[in-house]
Amino acid sequence: MSQYVLRRLLIAVPSLLAISLVLFVVLALAPGDPFSELATNPNVPPEVQAALRAKFGLDDPIYLRYLHWLNAMLHGDWGFSFVSRMNVDTLILQRLPATLYVIGSAQILALLIAIPVGVYAATRPYSLFDQIANTLAFVGFSLPTFFTGILFILIFSVTLDWLPFVYTTDIKATGIRWVLEMIRQAIMPVAVLGLFQAASMTRFVRSAMLDVIRLDYVTTARAKGLGQTTVIIKHVMRNAMIPVVTLIALQMPAVFGGAIVTEQIFRIPGIGSLLISSILSNDTPVVMAVTFVFACLVVLFNLIADVLYGWLDPRISLR
Amino acid sequence: MLDKELRSMIGQVKDGRMDRRAFVKRLAAVGLTAPLANQLLALGGVAMAQSPAVYKPTKRGGGGPLKVLWWQGPTLLNPHFATGTKDQDGSRLFYEPLASWDADGNLNPILAAEIPSLANGGLAADAKSVVWKIKPGVKWHDGKPLTADDFVFTWQYASDPATAAVTISTYGEITVEKVSDLSIRILFKTPTPFWANAFVGAYGCVLPKHLFADYKGSKSREAPNNLAPVGTGPYKFVEFKPGDVVRGELNPDYHMPNRPHFDTIEMKGGGDAVSAARAVIQTGEFDFAWNMQVEDDVLLRLEKGGKGKTVYATGGDIEFIAINFTDPNVEIDGERSSMKTKHPIFSDPNVRKALALLVDRDSVKKAIYGRAGRTTANYLNGPEKFVSKNTSWEFNVEKASKMLDDAGWKVGADGIREKDGKKFKLLYQTSTNGPRQKTQAIVKQACQKAGIDVELKSVVASVFFSSDVANPDTYPKFYADIEEFQIPMTQPDPALHMRRYISANVATKENKWQGQNFPRYVNKEYDDAIAAAETETDPVKRAALYIKCNDLLWQDTVFIPVMHRLLVDACSNTLRPALSGWANRTDNLQDWYREA
Repeated sequence: MSQYVLRRLLIAVPSLLAISLVLFVVLALAPGDPFSELATNPNVPPEVQAALRAKFGLDDPIYLRYLHWLNAMLHGDWGFSFVSRMNVDTLILQRLPATLYVIGSAQILALLIAIPVGVYAATRPYSLFDQIANTLAFVGFSLPTFFTGILFILIFSVTLDWLPFVYTTDIKATGIRWVLEMIRQAIMPVAVLGLFQAASMTRFVRSAMLDVIRLDYVTTARAKGLGQTTVIIKHVMRNAMIPVVTLIALQMPAVFGGAIVTEQIFRIPGIGSLLISSILSNDTPVVMAVTFVFACLVVLFNLIADVLYGWLDPRISLR
Repeated sequence: MLDKELRSMIGQVKDGRMDRRAFVKRLAAVGLTAPLANQLLALGGVAMAQSPAVYKPTKRGGGGPLKVLWWQGPTLLNPHFATGTKDQDGSRLFYEPLASWDADGNLNPILAAEIPSLANGGLAADAKSVVWKIKPGVKWHDGKPLTADDFVFTWQYASDPATAAVTISTYGEITVEKVSDLSIRILFKTPTPFWANAFVGAYGCVLPKHLFADYKGSKSREAPNNLAPVGTGPYKFVEFKPGDVVRGELNPDYHMPNRPHFDTIEMKGGGDAVSAARAVIQTGEFDFAWNMQVEDDVLLRLEKGGKGKTVYATGGDIEFIAINFTDPNVEIDGERSSMKTKHPIFSDPNVRKALALLVDRDSVKKAIYGRAGRTTANYLNGPEKFVSKNTSWEFNVEKASKMLDDAGWKVGADGIREKDGKKFKLLYQTSTNGPRQKTQAIVKQACQKAGIDVELKSVVASVFFSSDVANPDTYPKFYADIEEFQIPMTQPDPALHMRRYISANVATKENKWQGQNFPRYVNKEYDDAIAAAETETDPVKRAALYIKCNDLLWQDTVFIPVMHRLLVDACSNTLRPALSGWANRTDNLQDWYREA
C-alpha cells in the first residue's frame, strides 16, 4: 500500500514538471503586459515601464525565466506578484478561507441533495418522484451559474431585500451574530453553486445505483430476507459509490480552485476571482502559481480516489 | 487685446475692485476659466481662493461606517507604485499630498499651510521655483511629526530610477530642498508655468521617511509598509487584501477640524460595474460606487425609485477617433505604418475632413453615453480657459459625399468610392468595449451611406493597451486606418495632454513604439507652439498657445473627437461626496459626509 502510494507520487513528478512547463510557456507566449495600464497614462514615461519590466525580469528569455521560477518553487518561493508587489503565497492564503467556506459548503450541499435523491430515484425508477427529480436535474444543469446567480440577486436582494449580494470577508460582529451573518451572505452563492452541482451529480448517482441494483448479488441479498433499507445502504450503495467517489475526488481540486463566475458575481474574494483578475492584469506569477497548485491538487486527489477504491471494494488491489 | 484686458482685470481683483467670482465669470465668457484661471490669478499676484468647501458636520466621527465599492479593487497601497487609479484611490485613504484639486480645478490645501502665490512669496517671478509651507502639528499615524524631511525624502525616493516608481516623471526633473522644518522649495530646471504637479493630487502623496528610508532604490519592493500604509490621512490603516478589501478607521489626530465624518471606511473590490450600481442605487448595501461605465439607459432604469443616484464630475477625458497619417498596409524595414510612407487615402486633408463629417456625435451621445458625455469638436476640453471657441463640428453625409467627389473619389459600380482603381476601404480598430463597438457601428453606417467601406475590428483591451513589441494589435503600432479609444486627462493642465503629438514623439520601430504620437502627426507649427507654451510664463499667452495647438489638431483633422466624457459614479441619496473631474475620487475624502 505505502509502496503503491510512493510509486504513484514518483510518477507524478515528471507529469507535474511537464504541466508546469506547458503552463509557463503558454503564459509567456500569451499577449499582454502587466504594466500595460501605464502605457495610456501620459504622466508615466515609457522608461518607467521598461524599468519595471527589467526589474521583474520580464525581458529575460523564456527558458531562463522558467528555470528561475522552477528553482524558486522548489525552495518554497511561489513568486512575487507584479501587480500587488507581494508574495504570491500570502496572496493565495488570504483568498483560501473564503473559497473553502463557500465552495466547500456548496459541494456538501450538492452531496446532501444528490445522494439521497439519486438513491431514492433509483430504487423507484420511472416513478413520479424519479420523473420530477430527473426534470429538475435537467433544468438545474442547463441553467448556467451566471444566469441563476443574477436571477437570485434580482429576486432575493433587489426585489425582496432579504439577502446581501456583496460578500464581506470580515463581518463586524462577534459570536452568534457573526455566524448568522456568515451564513446569510453565503446562502445565495452556495445555493447557486450547490444546486448546479447537485443536478449533474443526482443523475450520476441514479445511474450508478441502477447499474448495481439489477445485479444478482442484490437479488440474493433480498432472497436472504434482508430489509430494503439494509440492501440499499449496505449492499447497493457501497458498490455504486465507486464511480461517485471518482467524481467527487475530481471535484475536490475545484473546491480549492474556486468558482470563477460565481465568485465574480457575488464578489467573493476567493481563488477564482484572484485567478481571473490576475489573468486580466497579466500578473503571470499569480496565474502560474494558482494553476500549478491546481494541477498538483488534481494529481493528489486522483491518488486519493484510487486509494479509496481499495477501501470501498477490497477486490481492487493496489500494487 | 485679451491679454491687456485680462491684466487690468487681475489688477482689479488684486485691489479688491472686482471679486474673484466675477473674474472667473468674465473669463468664462471669453473661454478662459476654472483651474488655470486661478493659477493665473496666483501668477498675477492674487492668492488662490481657498475653496469654500461646504462641510456641515460639526464634530469628528459619528458618521458610522462608509462603505464604498470599487469594481476594480486596489491591488497595492503605495501611491508611488500605483499602476492605475484604483491603487491611487486606495492609497489616498491613508496618504496625503500638499494639496488636491477641487471640483472647479482650484488647489485645495491638505498638508500645505497655504497655497503658494506671488503675493505670499511662494512663487518665484521667473517661475523656476516654488516654496510650500507645511501645516504645523501634522502627525503620522504612528505619532511621529511630519516635517520637510519627509518631502525631501519622498522626492529622492520617487526620482531614483532604481525604485521604479511610476511617479518618476513628476519628480525626476525637479529638485526639492528643505528650507526649514516646515517648508520646502521645489526648483525647476526651466521656467515651469504649471508648478502644481509635484506633491499635488494623486501623484503627490508624501511617504514617511522614518519607515521608508531603508527601502529606497532597488530594495523598494521589500518595504513592509508597502502593504501596511502609515500616512497622515483621515483614516488609519486596518486591513488590506489585494483586489478584495481595504479597511480603515477614523484617525483621531487628523489635522483638519471636525474631520473625518465617518468612523470607519471599507473599500470593497471586485465584480462588475452594473452590479456595483445595483448595490448602491437599488439595494443600498453600499454608499458609493466608483466609475459607472454602464450605458445610461441601464442607470436610468436602476435609478427609478432607488436608494441612490448617479453623480457626475467634469474633467477633460476625451474619446476620439485617431487618423493614421502613415500607410498601415505597406511594410518598410519590418515596420508597417512607417514614417517613410504616407497614408494613400488620408494624405488629402479634405478626405480627413469629410470623414469627420460622417461621425454622428449626437447619435452617439443619445444612443450610448447619455448624461455621461458631451459632444465636442475639440481634442482639448478643459479646464475651460484652454477650451477653444474657434472650432465646430457637424454631421452631414451629403456634404461629406460632395467633398469626396471633389477630391476625386467617385462612387464605383459596387457603391464604394474609388480613385485611380483604388477602393475607399478603411480598417477601424478599437478595444473590445460595448460603447466603443456601438460607436463603430454608428460610424460605419454613415460611412456606408457616403460610399466608404469600413471594416470593424476590436482588440482585447489588455492587448490593445499593452506595450508588447511583438504584438501587431496595440494602439501605438496603429496597424489600421483609424482607431478609437480614450485618453484621460489626469491633471487640470494641458501640458502633458498636448505634448504627446509633437513630431519627436512619433511611435516608430526605432523607439519600440513607445513614442506617444501614435497618429504619427507631424507639423512644425504644432511643435513650435508646444515648445513655446512649455516655457511661457504668461498664463494668458500660454493658454492661447494650447488653444492654437488644439485648433491645429482640428484643422488638420488628426482626431475626430467623439465624446467629452464625464466621470460617473453611483452614490447613495444621503452621502455627500466631494468629487472633482480633475482629481481621483478619494482625493478630497476628508470632506465627505452623510446628510442626516
